Amino acid sequence: MTSVTSLAPLAVVLPFLGAAAAFVLIRHPRIQRVVSITVLTLTLALEATLLALAWDSGPQAVNLGGWLPPWGIVMVVDKFSALMLVVSTSVSLAVLIYATGQGVADGDEDGPVSIFHPTFMILVAGVSNAFLSGDLFNLYVGFEILLTASYVLMTLGGTGPRIRAGVTYAVVSVVSSMLFLIAIGMIYGATGTVNMADLAIKLAELDPGTRNMLHLMLLVAFGIKAAVFPLSFWLPDSYPTAPAPVTAVFAGLLTKVGVYAMVRTETLLFPGEQLDAMLMVAAALTMIVGILGALAQTDIKRLLSFTLVSHIGYMVFGLAISTAVGLAATMFYVAHHITIQTSLFLVSGLIERRGGTASIDRLGGLARLSPLLGVLYFIPAMNLGGIPPFSGFLGKLGLLQAGVELGTPLAYVLVGTGVLVSLLTLLAMARVWNRAFWRKPEDAEFPDPVLLATRSSATEVGTATAVADDTGKGRFPGNGEATLLPSGMVGATIGLVGIGLALTIFAGPLFDLSHTAAEAMLERAPYIEAVLGEGAVDN
Amino acid sequence: MSVNFTLLIVMGGLFAAGVYLLLERSLTRVLLGIVLLANGANILLLNTGGFAGLAPLFDEDIPAEAYNDPLPQAMILTSIVISFAITAFLLGMIYRSWMLARQDEVQDDIEDRRVARQSSYDVEDDSEVPLETSEFSGPDNLDFSGPGNLDEKDETPGNRAPREPKR
Repeated sequence: MTSVTSLAPLAVVLPFLGAAAAFVLIRHPRIQRVVSITVLTLTLALEATLLALAWDSGPQAVNLGGWLPPWGIVMVVDKFSALMLVVSTSVSLAVLIYATGQGVADGDEDGPVSIFHPTFMILVAGVSNAFLSGDLFNLYVGFEILLTASYVLMTLGGTGPRIRAGVTYAVVSVVSSMLFLIAIGMIYGATGTVNMADLAIKLAELDPGTRNMLHLMLLVAFGIKAAVFPLSFWLPDSYPTAPAPVTAVFAGLLTKVGVYAMVRTETLLFPGEQLDAMLMVAAALTMIVGILGALAQTDIKRLLSFTLVSHIGYMVFGLAISTAVGLAATMFYVAHHITIQTSLFLVSGLIERRGGTASIDRLGGLARLSPLLGVLYFIPAMNLGGIPPFSGFLGKLGLLQAGVELGTPLAYVLVGTGVLVSLLTLLAMARVWNRAFWRKPEDAEFPDPVLLATRSSATEVGTATAVADDTGKGRFPGNGEATLLPSGMVGATIGLVGIGLALTIFAGPLFDLSHTAAEAMLERAPYIEAVLGEGAVDN
Repeated sequence: MSVNFTLLIVMGGLFAAGVYLLLERSLTRVLLGIVLLANGANILLLNTGGFAGLAPLFDEDIPAEAYNDPLPQAMILTSIVISFAITAFLLGMIYRSWMLARQDEVQDDIEDRRVARQSSYDVEDDSEVPLETSEFSGPDNLDFSGPGNLDEKDETPGNRAPREPKR
């Protein structure tokens, strides 16, 4: 174990300390902003170092408090978890800067925004904990940390629609956590351990019936969190009502933590093909049902929530194939999708600010009003739709290759579904483009009056377009000088779109990384030996 | 592994009652259902520790089999703390929901019904916006982070009456 890897718990501890500091500084929003952004940058730097170290070495384990596994809590850094850490924290940092930009622009100094920073840091800590955990119960704790933070963020401000959505979201999440806890209890009862490396050995010795039941319970619990059909109904219902930055970070991270947990369950704890057919059917249905839902929407945020569900199907697709190629494609796709989906939600927040509404019935002419916004939407949208040469295309290509290599009839059905859903995603994205950006505002079915009114006075190109009309009064309460597209928000979105493009450019090395990671994960021995020591695996 | 039969019966009862309450439409009952489920899960964890043994304080003279398994109890402690926090938060949220809607029930998704109608146009909603945008008079309550004005208007009727244009 290298000395730097033993700093891995800091990826959880730093955001927690940041949350505490941000909470103390709740009356000093300026310092609070500086503190939270600094802490997240530090965390990102640490995680980038971890990824660089993990790049050409196997999994490394850190025993917390000096307790030896399988008794103590263990954190494991391998390629997959390090990659997830880096991607998730960079996305969180971009969202934090975006949210700060929004708060500053609206002059919202002592509103709910002051509680936003500490809660956001706790969310990041929970996500990092879940990615690093080498222990089933610690994974549960990580989930609870991030979920509890997400309940607060979801209901920020406590308005009617948010409370309504928050109730659904909280109850569904609590039920899935309860299932997870019950599954942990049963697994402990059956094997006497919750350490994942230890479980990997001991679960294999169980009666197949018992093992399948435990496997299913974990999959259902994670399936709710990852929003896999038929457990996905809660997501489009609850996500769109939250504030734009919150929806963005939820869409990017929370479901992917569920996918991450599913990948770990499938590869480490329950290898083999018992439930692969079921997962393939679930993947195909998730893709189809999600995208059909998206095509029926007029609200951009709801539309994006449905495409989110649909694209979870792609990740399950690669997981269900469970060959090294499929797993590698899933890992790449998760990293790609976190960045792209978050940037699209951030852009939709900007569209809502600029156009006054997020409904594509009422938008129009945005490409003319703000060409920059058009570019910021167009790149990730094409990326999501899988247009070459973007990373979305590369990820889907990897998945399709894996499907064809497997060659079973069900795999071909999945390949066909994947191509079809990719086209339908493009259709949904192009529909938004044609309506919100391309046509004239007057052609909208029900043009937003605010859009029409501000069109004449605010056609300047660029970022800081004042919304103030002739009378000099803005439409943001308490701040007549609010800018429509504040540089903080636009800067963060540009950064995230840039990261999405970087994923395209560096797709080769990333695919190599995820391929070696996938092979090691299918082999399982490196992970188990990193935790339990050499010679822990006999066969 | 020996199992305490009484605890198993209690656990089953808690799970059954919890699931039943969870399926109710009243939010308070849903919360009670969650509390019962959490306690059922705690008893399940307690069960996995096996029979009630000695407190796990190490003594050389006592054989290892005589101790109780301390790990499930540590897990129960964690899970009690978590369910306490969640219960407190849900109570707060249900109270807020009752304050806003004056009903202790799961509410329907308005956007869903709107999608069913296939249009986001609303005569009442749209008629009053031009009055405000023509003058941009005073602070209004257009919430740009919310899903739309439709729902807000529902909570606070009268709040959105057209204002006097001021110069």
